[in-house]
Amino acid sequence: MNFLKRIFSKLNIVEQCKKYNLSLWQCPQFLFLVMGIIIVVSSLTAYAFGTRYIEDPLTVALIIQLLAGVLLVMAAIITRSFERLAEANRLKSEFISIVSHQLRSPLSNLKWTIELLTSGKLGRIEEKQVEYFKIIRENSNRMHELVSDLLTVSRIESAKLPFKKQRFSMQEFAKNLIMEYKPLASASNVEVIFKEVNGLPEVSSDPSRIKLVMENFLDNAIRYVNEKGRVEIKLSQENNNIRFSVKDNGVGIPEKDKKYIFQKFFRSGNVLKYQTKGSGLGLYISKAMIKKAKGKIGFQSKENKGSTFWFTIPIN
Amino acid sequence: MKTILFIEDESALQKTVGEILKQEGYEVIPALDGEVGLKLAQRKTPDLILLDLVLPKLHGFEVLKKLKENSETKNIPVVVLTNLEGIEDVDKAIELGAQSYLVKAQYELKELVEKVKKILNE
Repeated sequence: MNFLKRIFSKLNIVEQCKKYNLSLWQCPQFLFLVMGIIIVVSSLTAYAFGTRYIEDPLTVALIIQLLAGVLLVMAAIITRSFERLAEANRLKSEFISIVSHQLRSPLSNLKWTIELLTSGKLGRIEEKQVEYFKIIRENSNRMHELVSDLLTVSRIESAKLPFKKQRFSMQEFAKNLIMEYKPLASASNVEVIFKEVNGLPEVSSDPSRIKLVMENFLDNAIRYVNEKGRVEIKLSQENNNIRFSVKDNGVGIPEKDKKYIFQKFFRSGNVLKYQTKGSGLGLYISKAMIKKAKGKIGFQSKENKGSTFWFTIPIN
Repeated sequence: MKTILFIEDESALQKTVGEILKQEGYEVIPALDGEVGLKLAQRKTPDLILLDLVLPKLHGFEVLKKLKENSETKNIPVVVLTNLEGIEDVDKAIELGAQSYLVKAQYELKELVEKVKKILNE
């Protein structure tokens, strides 16, 4: 019984392709099936034409066999290379996942130990030491965030991202977000503007995922401004969707970088001049979250003028 | 004085979390693996058990299962404290009878303490 189950599982192409987290047309098993169909159709066509124009049936048979043979070899080569690529991709994701999990434990330990030390509960910290403890804490948090991001990416790629729907108000979220980012905004000399909208309906989606995207947009807008920054947050209803946008007057995105902006680890050249922090994963993760929420995400930008990042999610 | 059994193999956490809970006035009983954890739970019947999942000798889920099967320990509230975030792990822990499931990376130390205090005051 188990043997039969295993055979059926191997024959279930959709299941096999899910393992690689690839679309059907990039999946080696599906491609092999398609090539198989092409071989059968080609053979039948060759037979139909062959018997019509060639007298000798043996010659027809030989032509069909030759054609089928060539196509089979091609199919095997193509699907084998796709299989290798898919496997390499899967192993890479698995590696990132394993390493990130392993790093999580010592980073958690560090985080809590630093928290205990800086709480003053183990004795007063000398004035001179405070600043250095701050450096340790900030860098520990940075590593922590990077590992969290890597784990999120790994979950996105293995399609294991949980999504729990709930009704919530994006307006409330936006207001809380601005409060949360007030310290960073004032430290960076950035003004954050938000005009409340009347009668905005609640949405049904995963609040933690949507909050993550909103945080990512606002975080980027505040960080990538030059001097006196101005960030405008807008919420509106567009038919059956809610649109959230963050507009800044920051460094903007150069034309040549625009097509890479949602890619993993991508950081625009002009940003690297100003900042060394940032993993380049925020927008990749944001795009995946919005896609999961069945929404749309995009941006407009002009170098040195600023950017507007937006997303829409359906109300229901 | 209320007692907390802390089943966790990372000695750094035993030290840090143990210290802060002691400062809050609790007695903390450390256990560095699942087997010792189970034995101490039966012997000492603590007021709360903090349980890591990835443990030597006996996995946290096995420990949880046996705790809930034993009439002496089944009523002790168990808080799972782990870095495993998978939804299947959360579901399994709740199904096996855990009161709460906390992912270490998502909480600050003081938040953990608040959660513990809340459960022990109930």
